[in-house]
Amino acid sequence: MLGELRLMKGGAQGVKSGKGVTCAGGGAGSGWEVNFEFLTTRMVGFLFRRFLSSLVVLWLAASITFVMMRSIKGGPFESEKGTAAAQAVKLARYKLDGSLWEQYAAYMGSLARFDLGESTKYLNWSVAELLGQKLPNSILLGGVAFLIASVGGVLLGGAAAVRQNSVVDRAAMFGALAAISIPTFVTGPALIAVFALGLGWLPVGGWGRWEQIVLPAVCLAAPYLAYVARLMRNSLLDVLKSDFLRTAKAKGLGTVEAVARHAVKVAILPVVTFLGPLAANLLTGSMVVESVFNLPGAGMIFVNSIQNRDVFLLGGAVIVYCALLLVFNFIVDLLYGVLDKRIRLNG
Amino acid sequence: MGKGANSAGFGGRPGGWRVLKRNGAAMVGLFFLVGLTGVAVVVPWLLPEVLKETSSGTFLPPMAVGGADGVRHWLGTDVNGQDLLYRVVSGARVSLGVGIAGALISLVVGTVYGMVSGFAGGRVDALMMRALDVIYSVPRILFIMIFIAALDPYLKDWLDALRLGAQGRGWLWVEGRVNGIIPYSRILVMIVSLGLVEWLTMARIVRGQVLVLRETTFVTAARAMGQRPWVILRRHLLPNLATVILTYLTLTIPAVVLDESFLSFLGLGIEAPAASWGSLLKDGAQAINPLESKWWLLVFPAGMMSMTLLALNFLGDGLRDAFDPKGGE
Repeated sequence: MLGELRLMKGGAQGVKSGKGVTCAGGGAGSGWEVNFEFLTTRMVGFLFRRFLSSLVVLWLAASITFVMMRSIKGGPFESEKGTAAAQAVKLARYKLDGSLWEQYAAYMGSLARFDLGESTKYLNWSVAELLGQKLPNSILLGGVAFLIASVGGVLLGGAAAVRQNSVVDRAAMFGALAAISIPTFVTGPALIAVFALGLGWLPVGGWGRWEQIVLPAVCLAAPYLAYVARLMRNSLLDVLKSDFLRTAKAKGLGTVEAVARHAVKVAILPVVTFLGPLAANLLTGSMVVESVFNLPGAGMIFVNSIQNRDVFLLGGAVIVYCALLLVFNFIVDLLYGVLDKRIRLNG
Repeated sequence: MGKGANSAGFGGRPGGWRVLKRNGAAMVGLFFLVGLTGVAVVVPWLLPEVLKETSSGTFLPPMAVGGADGVRHWLGTDVNGQDLLYRVVSGARVSLGVGIAGALISLVVGTVYGMVSGFAGGRVDALMMRALDVIYSVPRILFIMIFIAALDPYLKDWLDALRLGAQGRGWLWVEGRVNGIIPYSRILVMIVSLGLVEWLTMARIVRGQVLVLRETTFVTAARAMGQRPWVILRRHLLPNLATVILTYLTLTIPAVVLDESFLSFLGLGIEAPAASWGSLLKDGAQAINPLESKWWLLVFPAGMMSMTLLALNFLGDGLRDAFDPKGGE
């Protein structure tokens, strides 16, 4: 029985190490000093391979978006008044005439010159301008939510693990499951009703001052804070049972100090793995939060440009989002390699 | 180890079901879900037909008696004067139906992907897991939006052609069926695309289990006897994976329900007159303003949806603790 369980645990670790890295075995790391050994030819190879695979992902994302959007029924100008000839002129202006293959080639050509094209809906607005106007707001909201979710989740999960099976632990885990279950478009209006309309502590809506970011960011962060807290709790509970922690206590460290100095840096690894998907979820989740709180973010660009058949705006937004996430994941992988000495990068 | 490991009656670890039965929250969740499913299936048949149609009594508060028809609206009415109880219950049908169907599709895809990846091992495994990581970190829901917008009109055309064809040949039964499906065509596209997206966790879990199982002696024995890989996967590994797969199926359902409501809330999911919890919440959020609070339009769908997702997650967590004690996150 025990042997089987140990095997299962090995399997679980195999799953965790699936993040573009391989587990080379060995004991847990025991020091914060950063090892720069990995900056070698292997590292250069890793960087190069990762860059190529990122390009492939971006190309795929752009291609799928463009081909799907151009095969949707109804072109970008069909809802406007105007004769078929006038529509054809407009299509030609945006190089959306001719066969799908020609359109695709033209789009890829302009992408290769780092030109995201012009919006077909908003006359004389380039996609870059539109994104440049809206995206910073989404990134700010997502960034604040990211900090709340990761820091708050680690603290809450850590507290729950240290006081396992106490009231704190049970309340935190029940709250976490509730936060995961309740969608943001329910928590959003509820938060507004309580903190803005009821207590009057925070403004109902608007954008620009820091008080106005608090409610949307908390609303966006809540489910992911809960997820991080569960992740942190489970992983810290595993680490608390390990021998090196018993040694730490035996040499005279208190529980809190032992956890802070030795356990956290091992237990935090699954959380670090989750940071990449977390960023992706926060960026897409912000769509709903932006619509609930009526914020001028980029989320509604997706919904509107699908409905308006605005192929270049949608394509540009997809490319920029994917590029942001790829860069972020790359940073997370590097961070992971620095934190966990058992890892050898082989992207 | 699971909670019940120390208190087992005969020394060993108690069976999964016994662990589950001791988990109060999971059992409450299970009973709630059984009750909800019953209500969602039965109640729409029992309600009087007048309730299901639009009426002049718009935005009636809960417990009000409708103007023209004189029936009581327990949960009030919406912008079209439709009874909210009927809307919420039929929304439960759609939301749960999408959740279960989507989760089943994800089960098939995730299990096959995970089994092949884990069993093949080596380069194939590394490549397949790398692909999984990439899909994990891409905003998948965006692509679902695009897929739904692109494919739905084609499915609608195809269904229309089918309906006309059936009409021409006088197949009344087929015609009626297709007519019933057409308002829900977007849901069909949604189910398939959500199912094709939410399989990632399942694939990872299954792969992890297969990595362990393939090293066991009975697999080695099967291999030594010359059985082909596919047969080993199907005959020997799949039965051993069944409980883990079922556990994660329970955890996939709330994820799909949440995705569906997300899309419907943004107006890209289900279309009127069909309703799901997400679209009811969208309508409620649009009707609300500071002067005149139509709270019931938000509170009832939101409460139902939150309770259902909570129950599903409690049940899923309980099942995981019972059958996959080491699998927590």
